[in-house]
Amino acid sequence: MPKLKINDIEIEVAPGTSILQACEQLGIEVPRFCYHDKLSVPANCRMCLVEVSPGPPKPQASCALACADNMVVKTNSEMVKKARKGVMEMMLINHPLDCPICDQGGECDLQDQAVAYGFDRSRYYESKRAKTDPDLGPLVKTVMTRCIQCTRCVRFSEEVAGTGELGYLHRGENAEIGTFIEKAVDSELSGNLIDICPVGALTNKPYAFKARPWELRKTETIDVHDAVGSNIRVDARGGEVMRILPRLHEDVNEEWIGDRSRFSCDGLKHRRLDRPWLRENGKLREAVWDEALEAVAARLRKSKLTSTAALAGDLCDVESMAALNDLMGLAGGAQMECRSDGAQFDASARCGYLFNSGIAGIEQADAILLVGTNPRHEATMVNARIRKAWLARRVKVGVIGPAVDLTYPYAHIGEGPGDLEALASGKHEFAKILEKAERPMIIVGMGAFAREDGMAVHALAREVAEKFKMVRDGWNGFNVLHTAASRVGALDIGFWTEGGVDLSAMDFVWLLGADEFDLSQIPAKAFVVYQGHHGDAGAARADVILPGAAYTEKDGLYVNTEGRPQLAKMAVHPPGQAREDWKIIRALSEYTGKVLPYNDLFQLRQRIVNEWPHLGEIDSFPRAEWNKFAGKGRILKDGFKASGGYYLANAICRASPTMKEGDAFFRRRGRAGTRHAEAAE
Amino acid sequence: MKKPFDLNADYQPEMFSFHDEKKVKEIIARYPRGFQRSAVMPLLDLAQRQVGEDGAKANPPYGGWIPRAAMDEIARILELQPIKVYEVATFYSMYNLAPVGKYLVQLCTTTPCWLCGSDDIVKSCERTLGIHAGETTKDGLFTLMEVECLGACVNAPMVQINDDYYEDLTAARMSEILNALKDGKPVPAGSQTGRRGSMAQSGPTSLQKLAKKTGVKG
Repeated sequence: MPKLKINDIEIEVAPGTSILQACEQLGIEVPRFCYHDKLSVPANCRMCLVEVSPGPPKPQASCALACADNMVVKTNSEMVKKARKGVMEMMLINHPLDCPICDQGGECDLQDQAVAYGFDRSRYYESKRAKTDPDLGPLVKTVMTRCIQCTRCVRFSEEVAGTGELGYLHRGENAEIGTFIEKAVDSELSGNLIDICPVGALTNKPYAFKARPWELRKTETIDVHDAVGSNIRVDARGGEVMRILPRLHEDVNEEWIGDRSRFSCDGLKHRRLDRPWLRENGKLREAVWDEALEAVAARLRKSKLTSTAALAGDLCDVESMAALNDLMGLAGGAQMECRSDGAQFDASARCGYLFNSGIAGIEQADAILLVGTNPRHEATMVNARIRKAWLARRVKVGVIGPAVDLTYPYAHIGEGPGDLEALASGKHEFAKILEKAERPMIIVGMGAFAREDGMAVHALAREVAEKFKMVRDGWNGFNVLHTAASRVGALDIGFWTEGGVDLSAMDFVWLLGADEFDLSQIPAKAFVVYQGHHGDAGAARADVILPGAAYTEKDGLYVNTEGRPQLAKMAVHPPGQAREDWKIIRALSEYTGKVLPYNDLFQLRQRIVNEWPHLGEIDSFPRAEWNKFAGKGRILKDGFKASGGYYLANAICRASPTMKEGDAFFRRRGRAGTRHAEAAE
Repeated sequence: MKKPFDLNADYQPEMFSFHDEKKVKEIIARYPRGFQRSAVMPLLDLAQRQVGEDGAKANPPYGGWIPRAAMDEIARILELQPIKVYEVATFYSMYNLAPVGKYLVQLCTTTPCWLCGSDDIVKSCERTLGIHAGETTKDGLFTLMEVECLGACVNAPMVQINDDYYEDLTAARMSEILNALKDGKPVPAGSQTGRRGSMAQSGPTSLQKLAKKTGVKG
């Protein structure tokens, strides 16, 4: 443990800590551009210079210098101040003075550090360099004259995104960042380039010239575009969500988010349901709340309970589902289902449907088996973690399912459940790897369950987990990767029916934001209530539309695929007459006559926590005990299906012009090939 | 000088493959497992030399350069993104990324050579070949290129033609060398005044005993 002195303060740090990190531990600010704690350290911006003795009598880059015993570091001496001033002046030589029209203005590292550490005028009178801007696609805007060559974007695309299209070309005066072959950054993580760029060279294209950071109201909340539950910050102005940024959560999303989470926010402004609608003579007409609720209640009273069903969609919060569960329960036990995609698995034991090792647990795994999932599309953050593990320790990955580019090499074992069975009997080379592994892991996706033999696959997955000792002391490597943010919460509160719901026998169907399924299963005579926020497939079929709130417009509880409950906060109000979803259900209960026993969100949450105490422990990650689940069954021959694309996965995305453009753009160009797959070790 | 770099130019050949697969394997094997990307630089050099060998036989002749197809091929061999190869190739001035003449004449014009009259050498080249620095003769034989210090200041002024240094030049000698190359006559590389190594012009001033023993004369 090296002991050193920084600005006369003694500190003992772990071996290998850089001086910059030690300074951060002490709360001493060291300016930097190229250093980023999630990327490799190139030490090329020279902004973090400090005075170190013993050593050469010149300032040293603190980001790349490890702490050693008896070092004396000064971060505010005359030498350091002069050095920073010099570096700053050199950086500004070629940087344009276009801050007034630059989107980074107000949150620009260069701007801030120029004020704090720079010189107040320039001594440079020559002309500045000119650069051409590469086209990186519809999401990231480039203004390369502003680039200070910190290479964070190059390192990000190579290390985290794993696609590596960006490069640092030429040298000296002519050095520039580019793709050189007119190639867009073909990654679901491309939006993070905007965040890591310390200047305005890479900015948010859809958000260009829309707002300044100081005008925005910032709300820290949770993302719902996949089941990871990425921590996000919603920036809103008035009633409009302007942009979405990631928030740091080491165990979930680190500091990245996927493009779907970031760029779909303009979908919140389009195709919204902002008033109740009622179907009369086959046509929807505008209605008032009283009419709409009365119509639903009247029909609900008439319907036979055995032919009543409620379906929860992918973006629902736990509160609204619990309230709907209660409402239907009070009405007398209708059939509830959250697995609208048709996924079949045994949800009776919690360990059977959770990502038990935790997302951070991926970094400890030494062999990973992916079954029926494309994490790159279904949970970009999970894929980034696997890549991180591959980069750090060359973790062995095996895939059963369609062979797609996952940004890291893997062994393609097979396509369907038959290959999983063969693996379980040790017939594939990968079985040896799993046997030898100390922390083996299986990740089963919805592609493996959303089929007739889902139950049997579930049992088979458990068999594989037990055979290769994936569940052992202090390690549970049995992981289910969900695709819907609402799913785990719904399963936890019992919003599911064994064997699924047969919609064709239903007379009354309540769709709580459920759009992602074949609506033709609902018989024509059935009465359909659609409660949700977007006019998508479900609303088109509805007889009554109850306008609800999107995830940015309500306080809600979401349980991610790990089983981690997280609280989402209201950033803006729902549009028009739309209301928070649990309130709509509570209001309806007045009309049915069986009033739900809670009057505010607090009482509702109290009710939830009383029955399911683990949902009250926000952001905790309790381990689920290993239990028996899923009985053996017959498996089918056909292979697991591929995921249905990235950009248009839910109602918000489908309403978003940016997501449509992204989908069209990347589909036109064609995804990157399967080169990584071929290079499997 | 910014290197010309046009990946979609007409002169880019569509295909490239290494003639000497064994050599490629040998180069990659020099580096420890997992660090094969270190082989980028020697492979780029190999590609440039291969193109140069082909070019020497062609009519009109051309010199060694690295086409895009070669860079993509190297990326494929080393399992890299092509951009990582472009990065290296654009950084180093010794990799030519556009076609050059059979004889690439690199004129040093940095301070020591300039003080010893490199301006005259440049003029002599331009007059003899009828082209300016940065251009190639129509017959495809010569490309003139102005470069920074090549590290032979003691024998300034000097030029580098392909792999050889020609030192202690005068304008007249420069012109002779170029004409000889044009006619396909051999030209001795190194000092053109007969100096050995970086010895002083008046003869050896140090290690004189050793010089006598080995027969070096002043």
